[in-house]
Amino acid sequence: MNQQNHFALGLITFSIFLFLLGPLAIIFVASFEPTSVLQFPPTGFSLEWYQNIFTVSAFMDTFKLSMFVSLLGNLCALLLGIPAAYALSRFDFRGKGILNAIFVSPILIPGTVLGFTFLRYLIVSYSLPLEAALFIGHTILMLPFIIRVIASSMANFDFSIEEAAMNLGSSRIGAFFRVIIPNIKSGIIAGVLIAFLESFNNVDISVFLTGPGLSTLPIQMLTYVEHYFDPTVAAISVLLMIFTAVFMFLIERLVGLSHFTKR
Amino acid sequence: MKQSGRYLLLLPGLLFLAIFMLIPLVLTISSTFVEDGNFSVSGYLNFLTDAYFLDILWTTLYVALLTTFCCIVLAFPVAYYISRVKGSKKALLLMLAIFPLLVSPIVRSFSWMIILGRNGLLNDFLLSIGMIQEPLTILYTPVAVAIGLVHLFLPLMIVTLVGVMENIDTDYIRAAESLGASKTTAFLKVMFPLCMPGLLIGCTLVFVGSFTAYTTPALLGGQQRVISTFLYQNAITLNDWNTAAMIATIMIVLTFFITGIFQKLATKLNPGGS
Repeated sequence: MNQQNHFALGLITFSIFLFLLGPLAIIFVASFEPTSVLQFPPTGFSLEWYQNIFTVSAFMDTFKLSMFVSLLGNLCALLLGIPAAYALSRFDFRGKGILNAIFVSPILIPGTVLGFTFLRYLIVSYSLPLEAALFIGHTILMLPFIIRVIASSMANFDFSIEEAAMNLGSSRIGAFFRVIIPNIKSGIIAGVLIAFLESFNNVDISVFLTGPGLSTLPIQMLTYVEHYFDPTVAAISVLLMIFTAVFMFLIERLVGLSHFTKR
Repeated sequence: MKQSGRYLLLLPGLLFLAIFMLIPLVLTISSTFVEDGNFSVSGYLNFLTDAYFLDILWTTLYVALLTTFCCIVLAFPVAYYISRVKGSKKALLLMLAIFPLLVSPIVRSFSWMIILGRNGLLNDFLLSIGMIQEPLTILYTPVAVAIGLVHLFLPLMIVTLVGVMENIDTDYIRAAESLGASKTTAFLKVMFPLCMPGLLIGCTLVFVGSFTAYTTPALLGGQQRVISTFLYQNAITLNDWNTAAMIATIMIVLTFFITGIFQKLATKLNPGGS
């Protein structure tokens, strides 16, 4: 590529990044607006809306529920997903392709469709409480992410080390916990982080499984924006972006960002 | 380990998915083909001739197509640039592309409410430079939804394309050029076809994603319905679960149909490849 073309391409890239990141920067700046009308540029500087997050109990309550559902669902997805990821990446057996497809199917089915069927069957037909349905829905949502990330880190693992451990007298289960798990630790943590973000930010499924008195943070934000247009949601957005940046940094450290460019 | 042991490891996850997801899904779909205890497709016939529903379906498809098209056009130069720069600059650009991908869709759509509103940033700017006299109505139109969706899915298209372009040997381009092709010809005849499989994966992700997206249309679409907000409206607001089940079934069928078409295209264009 010659210099001139390279420069032009760089300029185009820069403007497209401006389109991607500009709106996020605008939220950041607008969150400091002192009046109750969200605007850009802000008319002054105030942290009032950040305080507001902590005084409006709905935000704190929904934050706690979101954390609880995402953490517990994550744990459950790990318990179901690690053995499955191990079997799917370690062995060859009949029906493997279909089983693989079933485990990633929650990604392929539209979120609102899943949300609706969870509402109709888990809550109405199975008579599960709303909390349980929300928790199960999030576990199902996280399962494919956990399996994919863990299976891909197992794919890079040399299973002859496992064989060696077993030849030296370790049981299969012993070898799994003492050899495999420590070796794919960073993959597991990355899977947990990615699944957590998916669940914590989820709207499509949660919107069917929440209601008055029980809501997750994104659904509470959605409801709030429908009624008010003050900078509170901008302030929450900024905190969520900081939170996301920390997660991204950790994922980059653990498995590298190339995870996102591989399909 | 015996074969049965392998299946045993999969069993907890399979049972969980079967009980809580697969059975409910099958029941949802099968419920739409039953009327008064008999097999019937009359529900669908009424539905697929209903002007209101067709309008929603077209709006959804239109928005998804527009979004996919914009994502292709915008992602190509960015991905090409990222795959050609080296070292820390590349790492930084990739990080900047992946960051929005991980940020909550609510946050990203919300930012466009600030920009596109009647008293929003864009209208303020256009009024102040005198390009318009009256504020434009952009928010709560299909165009606003498409802008929000492009913002949502562009990073996905970029990272998918970067993944493919990185693996393309630049020697091919140089070879084409040394054989007399111009830069443009080399790009169109060599680079572009090699990118096709990745581009099709990106298109599937973006098209299906925008076709089924809920958050962005809910925030930026206003009264303008797309298929997923229509499903929500029927299920929650109107409590019409038969209609909701039919919309859900139509969404599943269309999603699989679209994914299938793109996959067929990908294998056709790249018979021997990955």
